Amino acid sequence: MTFEYAPAPESRAIVSIAPSYGLFINGEFVDPTSGTTFKTVNPATEEVLAEISEANQSDVNAAVNSARRAYDRVWSVMNGRDRAKYLFRIARLLQERAREFAVLETLDNGKPIRESRDIDVPLAAAHFFYHAGWADKLDYAGLGPNPQALGVAGQIIPWNFPLLMLAWKIAPALACGNTVVLKPAESTSLTALLFAEICQQADLPPGVVNIITGAGDTGRMIVEHDGIDKIAFTGSTEVGKSIARALAGTSRKLTLELGGKAANIVFDDAPIDQAVEGIVDGIFFNQGHVCCAGSRLLLQESIAEETIDALKRRLQTLRLGDPLDKNTDIGAINSREQLNKIDELIKSGDDEGAQRWTAPCEIPDKGWWCAPTIFTNVTQAHRIAREEIFGPVLSVLTFRTPDEAIEKANNTPFGLSAGIWTEKGSRILMMANELRAGVIWANTFNRFDPASPFGGFKESGFGREGGIQGLSGYLQSGTDSDDQAKGMS
Amino acid sequence: MNDRVEVRKTYKLFIGGAFPRSESGRTYEVHDTDDKFLANAAKGSRKDARDAVLAARKGFAAWSAATAYNRGQVLYRVAEVMEGRREQFIADVQAAEGLGDKKSARVVDTSIDRLVWYAGWADKYAQVLGNTNPVAGPYFNFSIPEPTGVVAAIAPQDSSLLGLVSVIAPIVVTGNAAIVIASTLRPIPAITFTEVLATSDVPPGVINMLTGDPAEIAPWLASHGDVNAIDLTGVTSTELAKKLEIEAAGTVKRVRRPAQPNWLSTPDLGRLGAFVETKTVWHPLGA
Repeated sequence: MTFEYAPAPESRAIVSIAPSYGLFINGEFVDPTSGTTFKTVNPATEEVLAEISEANQSDVNAAVNSARRAYDRVWSVMNGRDRAKYLFRIARLLQERAREFAVLETLDNGKPIRESRDIDVPLAAAHFFYHAGWADKLDYAGLGPNPQALGVAGQIIPWNFPLLMLAWKIAPALACGNTVVLKPAESTSLTALLFAEICQQADLPPGVVNIITGAGDTGRMIVEHDGIDKIAFTGSTEVGKSIARALAGTSRKLTLELGGKAANIVFDDAPIDQAVEGIVDGIFFNQGHVCCAGSRLLLQESIAEETIDALKRRLQTLRLGDPLDKNTDIGAINSREQLNKIDELIKSGDDEGAQRWTAPCEIPDKGWWCAPTIFTNVTQAHRIAREEIFGPVLSVLTFRTPDEAIEKANNTPFGLSAGIWTEKGSRILMMANELRAGVIWANTFNRFDPASPFGGFKESGFGREGGIQGLSGYLQSGTDSDDQAKGMS
Repeated sequence: MNDRVEVRKTYKLFIGGAFPRSESGRTYEVHDTDDKFLANAAKGSRKDARDAVLAARKGFAAWSAATAYNRGQVLYRVAEVMEGRREQFIADVQAAEGLGDKKSARVVDTSIDRLVWYAGWADKYAQVLGNTNPVAGPYFNFSIPEPTGVVAAIAPQDSSLLGLVSVIAPIVVTGNAAIVIASTLRPIPAITFTEVLATSDVPPGVINMLTGDPAEIAPWLASHGDVNAIDLTGVTSTELAKKLEIEAAGTVKRVRRPAQPNWLSTPDLGRLGAFVETKTVWHPLGA
């Protein structure tokens, strides 16, 4: 049985996109000194949305100077109670303008409006609300009395959750008394620039938040800037390693939230229908552009066939298409470059002998798309079982015993997240103990909350975002740990 | 009559619970602060470092699975055995650091007390560093600190026993396995400490001790794919520290370069929280 759905597009009238944007430095939008710009594109239509400024070295200097001034003169001397009120204001403004942010996020990123509306934007607001409350309670953060801010934080975020990652970075930094220079990903700058407007509406003191746009070169200038006290980066493991190298020998602190290759493990006693929903949520949420995506499905052998059949049936009901349509499940791939990367890994799966199944979807003529794809007969040696694909591609492996599941799940340099599906409580807790990953979802997947620390083991990075543990990334630690450490949290 | 010829000791490495010589066959001379010859110590090599990583990985599996109560008791046992060798440690520290009788005794006593202090943390730090998280939804959610894994540590160069113990204890009490490069010029208290470890229920591989030159050995540990973290407390050269950090970046190791504290003062929780990973577990609530 198939359901037909009439189009139900969310109106984009709520958003007004300027033809071009400057850099947000010291509370104002300014033109980049280079005059260089680049285009940001709607990945679902390839329509150019706006011209974005590319920050060069003198722009980065201006942003860092502005953050330093604001830190020295305003933010570091303001009491926590008042810092909190600015953060509460920001949370409320995000809630008030939530629909506008959701539509803009979907236009610039390609993710379904259902997700930007129900997940990205509300969670971003929640992050500010949660951290606002911490600003005057840092004595209770577990770092001793009166912990001090670090100073100016340089923050570099990815394109998969543009506004949400901004919130994960800016909210704790500001709550702990730091000022920031943030660079959004070059393909998704618009919601960060709209957030700059929120800072103005909140009357946030100029320079506390600076948002500069650009690509990798701009990011490198931030990383290498010696006026910055801390770098927080979310993105690829490769870039993360190069940042750690760049900071070697300096006193700048670092937290990294990098790639993943999470195992989602389904035991034979799991409720299959619920597990299938969790598998779908695990890998097809946000087109699989999720560092903690459940990209390796580990099925107990006795239920493998049945589960794969159920999964295929479920995938046939997913709707791929216009991200602004409220019924859309799978949106556009954020860039052509990313689509090429996904395609290359899909091809490697074919070449290495895995068996591919692709959901029957009509692919729109314009834009960048990838239909949900499942590979079976995958071995641990296959690239699709080892490398992060960052797309809607699931690699299925099987196991017989819990020990084998643990061994396979941990057989990766990554360690960001893992999923467990079973009705047996003791097995859940045993598996949760044994899996070397920072976030374990048992009988659920891809749940996020500002009170819940997020971050990885091993090459998935270090430091935590969210929760009480996330605060230590933006505060100086106690006397004995007054170190030049990277990533202590 | 005092003409008995004393039996001198051969000073070796401590890897996987055994006392091997360096695979390289090399030694170097150790002198006291008056430049008097004390002993030949093993000059650890790349191969020794790699053997130590293998041993530590094995040791980590058993040690991280041990109960916190058990880990606490083992550490306390180390303190007990140290107490029995108090005089030897005082003599070792005196020779190594040139301290007077009283000062050496204080250093040794503080070292033993420090082990007892950390032993007591074994079944408590998770209660201090962990918590439940009130998430906005029908889920039970908690965070706990778990050991990072295999930790390489360069022990302090000056404080040959107290600094050493203060670096090792927090690494292992939280369930990690350690590979330690002892003070280059003052390795003898560390070697005596390994004899204590060998007789105090510490499982093989949990603490491994190398002697030699950190500039030679440490880069192999910093770049090793099966080492999860590195503690640079005893690295005195900023050039070497930078080099090690660059090597460590290749596998996203946790790197720690603490300021040198006054080892005699009571530590805070900084080191206990240094080599743990926060793991957060979600489970739905429902009937």
